[in-house]
Amino acid sequence: MQNEFVPLFYGFHFYLFGLIALASAILFVTRKSPVAAALWLVQTMFALAALYIMMDAQFVGVMQILVYAGAIMVVFLFVIMLLNLGHPDEISDIRGTWGRVIAGLFGIALLAEVGAASRNALVPALQLPQAPTDGAINGTAGVIGPIAGPMFKEYLLAFELTSVLLLVAVIGAVVLGKKSSNAR
Amino acid sequence: MLAESLALSAALFAIGVVGVLTRRNAMIVFMCVELMLNAVNLSFVALSRLYGATGQVFVIFVMTVAAAEAAVGLAIVIAIFRHKKTVDLQNINLLRG
Repeated sequence: MQNEFVPLFYGFHFYLFGLIALASAILFVTRKSPVAAALWLVQTMFALAALYIMMDAQFVGVMQILVYAGAIMVVFLFVIMLLNLGHPDEISDIRGTWGRVIAGLFGIALLAEVGAASRNALVPALQLPQAPTDGAINGTAGVIGPIAGPMFKEYLLAFELTSVLLLVAVIGAVVLGKKSSNAR
Repeated sequence: MLAESLALSAALFAIGVVGVLTRRNAMIVFMCVELMLNAVNLSFVALSRLYGATGQVFVIFVMTVAAAEAAVGLAIVIAIFRHKKTVDLQNINLLRG
């Protein structure tokens, strides 16, 4: 895709969804109400899903919508509404001056690092390997096949460990969530 | 499109870091962590166009870890809320000593 003519239609929508993701993320982090913040984060995730689909990662895009926007964010909203946190507190939610200064410096430092890295031609260095053609990724094995192959061959151990992790998470959530019987 | 994707990913990650450092609501801090994981996923997908579909495998793993983290983290938030009646991180200083 690099150093090639990017079709106007593709480029327009790429930048459009990128800007939507960026704007929604900024709105998300500045909202006072947790419910509004969660909904802006859902918007960010939908824009990212559109970007994934545009970058030939259709399965990941669908998983993004199903798992992130559909499952994880619903759990977040459920807890926000269960704990009745929907209305912003009387006290300001933002930390004090020092916290803001430190966070701002941290964010500026991160962005400067990115700027320096891209100026040092790190990104062109990353483009050295031969880009697989679209057919190599999506042509013969479909969309899910190239993901399922490595997942169940090279990364089978990681896959099995993930199931153990999920089991631990389920047990931990139940143990943490139940009312303690021996309350003091 | 690779450079733009990586720049967007870095910007989203920086926004998430700033959110974690500035917000006091535990729920919003959790959501900022999710945003940072999403930024990492974006760079995984962007680089998987160059290096093959292995990056997308790792996106699936990251999503699983994010789901597990959300489940345990929200359970902890509920337990703390039951105890303290607040999710304001300013008031949660049990481990401060």
